[in-house]
Amino acid sequence: MVTGKTSKTGQRIAVGVLSVFSMIWVAPILFTILQSFRPYDDVIKKGVMSWPNHLTFVNYYHAFVQSRMWLFFLNSVEVAVPAVVLTLFLASMIAFVLSRYESRFSVPMLMLFTAGNLLPPQLLFIPLFRIYLKIHVPHFINSNGLLYDTQLGLILVHVAIQVGFATFVLTNFLRTIPKEISESALVDGANVWNHFFRIILPLLRPALASLGVLMTTWIYNDFFWAVVLLKTGNKRPITAALSNLQGEFNTDYNLLAAGACMAFIPTLLVFFAMRKHFVAGLTLGSTKG
Amino acid sequence: MSSVLEESQELAVPAKKKKRKGSHNFSGSDRVTLGAFVGLPTILHVLFVWVPAVCTILLSFTFWDGIGGLKNIKWVGFTNYRQIFQLDDNLPIAIRNNILWLAVFALIATPLGILLAYYIDKNLKGTQLYQTSFYLPLVISLAVTGIIWDNVFRTDGVLNALFGDTNPDTAISWLGDPHKNIWVVLFIASWRHIGYIMLLYLAGMKSVDPSLREASAIDGATEWYTFRRVIMPSLRPVNVIIVVVTIIESLRAFDLVFIINRGTNGLQTLGVLVYQNIQGESTRIGWGSAYATLLFLICLGPIMVYLYQNFSKGND
Repeated sequence: MVTGKTSKTGQRIAVGVLSVFSMIWVAPILFTILQSFRPYDDVIKKGVMSWPNHLTFVNYYHAFVQSRMWLFFLNSVEVAVPAVVLTLFLASMIAFVLSRYESRFSVPMLMLFTAGNLLPPQLLFIPLFRIYLKIHVPHFINSNGLLYDTQLGLILVHVAIQVGFATFVLTNFLRTIPKEISESALVDGANVWNHFFRIILPLLRPALASLGVLMTTWIYNDFFWAVVLLKTGNKRPITAALSNLQGEFNTDYNLLAAGACMAFIPTLLVFFAMRKHFVAGLTLGSTKG
Repeated sequence: MSSVLEESQELAVPAKKKKRKGSHNFSGSDRVTLGAFVGLPTILHVLFVWVPAVCTILLSFTFWDGIGGLKNIKWVGFTNYRQIFQLDDNLPIAIRNNILWLAVFALIATPLGILLAYYIDKNLKGTQLYQTSFYLPLVISLAVTGIIWDNVFRTDGVLNALFGDTNPDTAISWLGDPHKNIWVVLFIASWRHIGYIMLLYLAGMKSVDPSLREASAIDGATEWYTFRRVIMPSLRPVNVIIVVVTIIESLRAFDLVFIINRGTNGLQTLGVLVYQNIQGESTRIGWGSAYATLLFLICLGPIMVYLYQNFSKGND
């Protein structure tokens, strides 16, 4: 990288600022991880800053077995995976039409999706909450027969909102790919269906990977909709279930730390494994095409 | 065979005629496919996003206790708005907090994010490590973020331990004192926001033509001058995004304050008041909707800016 002229003192200031800040960024996370390995009694007796003489897995055991965090983690996965797959699929379809078969409706449609994604969730939730109490679903989905308090309902909201962002990103992405690639296929006699599945979908792969990683973390990390649309404790995703670990009067902070670690370690692993995609996903929407 | 060929030519020709939009000739099955491709996502998006949004705005002009059917909805004009401004003590606190949130994001967190991006872009030793640490909060949910920082700020937490007083009666209550807790929350929110701004800026700076910088450096410009006069102007699109993101994020504020104390005792925000009037102790759909509509009106500006930025130049 060309950095131009940077004086020695300039460099020292930069390193100083960066190290101080990254300490503030990492320290509380490391501290939480450390807390998750310390027994509660030890911390209560000697204070939170005391030297950790014994480390233990007992908090993880309690979080995992007694507080059933594995169940809540699975709940998160059960919502995030179908929601992301469905979002990407629906958004690819409409992005394909908006970028390859342009009409005077293309830009207004794209604006509708883009603006919809930017609306504050609080603006949607009052009627959605009432509508969910009115929509009936078969009993194998929910024993009381309502869309409210189902994972299906949660998935639908996520898809409906995220499809706005994904459509915006994917349409811009497709517009940067020359249409000639499609035209040669069309000469070969591909219909719309094959044009999409055989040509466009494979082209979209890099953008779908980035969006997929980003949206998985977004939906996995969602708190608002999980709190608002689910009532039954057992159905909650892990982010919303962490409050189960907080006692009414006394909280075992070390148990809570273990639960928090169980909630964020999967996303950290995804981040480290697919960092490039994650960063690309976040910047996809911010650069034009 | 011949019919297939004909069909393909029919399709290929309009694709080339870019000027005549909407003049495609499609076979019946293609029309069904196209209809489904556009229809399914649109119906879902409109039904679950735009219809509820419009309903909320309408509900803000009505009175409805939520019991009984839609027949019990009474049109009351601006009564809800008058009431929340005159009667609800939470509203001034929520407005103050949302403004503070925006001010801290705009005046402190965003410039810090830009500064860090500027330093990271120098590619000094260990840059990767610094960069990764700044991204971490973006991966962690706000619910977990609240728990992580609670270790630091609760009465018997790290900060008070460093001050040497963790006695619940005498120690500083960072999260319980309504004059202090909002600043703690803003610190935590900034911890997350700074990394996001840095990421957006870094991506923007990577796209600046390196030869521009070189030329500026050869001309003897100082680094700061190069940054201000050469890099910044070419980052205009990124700057617009950052303004939009900063405003919208600060208005949406919900998760963090909800985790800490359900958004009470000095931590009220507009987003929380919507929730509290719907699923809290009392159901006041009219009030909740009025709060949500206020939130929408403030978001409208940044949304328009964002749309203008992305669609004003047509399809380029």
